[in-house]
Amino acid sequence: MAQLTFREAVAAALDQEMARDETVVLLGEDVGSGGVFKTTAGLKERFGPDRVWDTPISEQAIAGAAMGAATAGLRPVAEIMFSDFYATCWDQVANEIAKACYMTGGQLRMPLVIRGTNGGGLGFGAQHSQSVENWAMCVPGIKIVSPSTPDDMWGLLAAAIRDPEPVLVFEHKALFGTKAERPAGDHHLVPLGEAALRRRGDDVTLIGLARTVGMCEQAATALAEDGIAADVIDLRCLVPLDAATVLASARRTGRVVIVEENPGQLGWGAAVAAILAEEAFHDLRAPVVRVSGGNVPLPVATAMEAAVMPSAEKVAAAARGLTEGRIPAATPA
Amino acid sequence: MPRATCVTTFGEVDAPVATPPRAEQTAPDLRDLYERMLRIRQFEAKVDVLYRQGRVRGPAHLGLGQEAIAVGVAAALRSGDFSLGTYRGHAHALARGASEEAVLRELLGRVGGICGGKGGSMHITSVEHGYYGSYAIVGGHIPTAVGMAWASRIRRDGGVTACFFGDGTTNIGAFHEAVNLAAVWSLPVVFVCENNLYMEYTPIGDVIPVERPAADRASAYGLAPLVVDGNDVAAVREMALAAVDRARRGDGPSLVEAVTYRLGGHSVADGGAYRHPDEVAAARTRDPLVRLATEMAQSGEMGVDESDALVTRVKGEMDALAARVLEEPTPDAAGAWTGMWSDGSAAWRN
Repeated sequence: MAQLTFREAVAAALDQEMARDETVVLLGEDVGSGGVFKTTAGLKERFGPDRVWDTPISEQAIAGAAMGAATAGLRPVAEIMFSDFYATCWDQVANEIAKACYMTGGQLRMPLVIRGTNGGGLGFGAQHSQSVENWAMCVPGIKIVSPSTPDDMWGLLAAAIRDPEPVLVFEHKALFGTKAERPAGDHHLVPLGEAALRRRGDDVTLIGLARTVGMCEQAATALAEDGIAADVIDLRCLVPLDAATVLASARRTGRVVIVEENPGQLGWGAAVAAILAEEAFHDLRAPVVRVSGGNVPLPVATAMEAAVMPSAEKVAAAARGLTEGRIPAATPA
Repeated sequence: MPRATCVTTFGEVDAPVATPPRAEQTAPDLRDLYERMLRIRQFEAKVDVLYRQGRVRGPAHLGLGQEAIAVGVAAALRSGDFSLGTYRGHAHALARGASEEAVLRELLGRVGGICGGKGGSMHITSVEHGYYGSYAIVGGHIPTAVGMAWASRIRRDGGVTACFFGDGTTNIGAFHEAVNLAAVWSLPVVFVCENNLYMEYTPIGDVIPVERPAADRASAYGLAPLVVDGNDVAAVREMALAAVDRARRGDGPSLVEAVTYRLGGHSVADGGAYRHPDEVAAARTRDPLVRLATEMAQSGEMGVDESDALVTRVKGEMDALAARVLEEPTPDAAGAWTGMWSDGSAAWRN
């Protein structure tokens, strides 16, 4: 079967939607030449300069132009090269885009997508490695997508482009080289707001997003060797959050490990843990545990970066602790 | 580009002039422009009173004395063009035709507010009139305006976007990123800097290293340094027509600095005590409404008796409007939990 990389899946989704809908336009730094991560390769050649626009290094202008174009009826897809750079255009994202529909009484609509490469593990350092999906989760009014597989990268990005709301898509840069079987057919779509149960087991629930889903799956394999069966849930979206899938699994297993790459001091896992505490307390057999990114800037040297990132080993250790009735030490602060 | 001496209320400025207006440009209907400015003036004067009575929810930033810019630019736009403004944006919305009643309902927190009670004074929006919002983060909307113009460029629909902002905005990064992008992409947008000489409480001259906040930055983006007397509604209209025409022809953006004066404080809560009374008194003599009424009286276009009667009539209409709206019901709390998404819902999880 034909293979598809995560990187190619981005271009496949964009290609699919640009061919389907002429109001879909791209803008960002170097997107015309394919971009730093080559995720937009070939699109300017296929669709021309009226559909793919290279911008200056001006994140405020990029995000704001996307907002304006969406307001005027287009479906722009903006690229923020590294999601760390959202800090330079957070006014446009958090104050303008996220609030425009609500604060105008529904007069303004924001059918736009902003894509950004997210996450660590490649030694890019403190300003090019962060997982910042938790920043977005603090702001009502934007949807948050972060795929874990090439299949989902394609289908979720396509769905995000068709969605009538503003959607931030976080593409984990350590996943770009991963491969999977190419989805059948020319058109592919994965609905937003539906978590995927990647693996079924009744002893413990492992919840991941983007790169941490693979860690959960590796951990589940290791746990199976010890006779511990794990549910692995890929959230796929943080907003809309498929809390129902999370709660159903937690009620069945009674034990939950949440695995997030963003810093634990206020990561998305805290919100999921709070939902479990409030709505599944009586079904839990152990405290909810989070394996989170460290509460420090990302260092570069291999051992140091690994130390502050979640890993399959940390996940497996946490899950074993829960099944043995111990509360494991979480990520060192 | 030809140069000309542009006489502003604050002295003579030697500046290049915009492309001359096209032949089909019609002479301004001064009476109509006067009445438009007067309605905005009387509306905002009423809002000032209502605020002092504790009737207005939140702050309100009035554009008393700056009406000629909103009205002059609006007169140069056509239906289907876009405009965006700031938290000092009542005039920008009303000048495009937004309902005085719906705006006042929003300010007074009544059912039927133009933003459904969710926007307030600083976010007045009237999409049906082409007014795509008032934004309260200084400069935050300028990239948005550029994006709207970008959409017009992509569609080649001839649409033009006008974007209003204050002098203080020229010191914020979004302004520079957005004007640069508009110039690089040659987008059909008219940037209108309302230079009212004050950045909130601070004289703009204290915080810029050049004389004119917008015009002296224009050359950095390959744009002409256009300055217009912002208290002369006909001059604003003429300058705007030239800039709009340039944009519509596909010749790119313009950056217009309209020099004016904010007769009141930064917001209704600010008495403006940092300004010398003589300065304010002098500015009042250059009030755009007073000037136009005087001009029309001298030319015989509208006599003093007639303009006085018009003021009395419009003031009475605003008093009656306020009295009526104050009797109207306030929205239910339930509405707060609606309308975050475009289908009217607000849930973030299942």
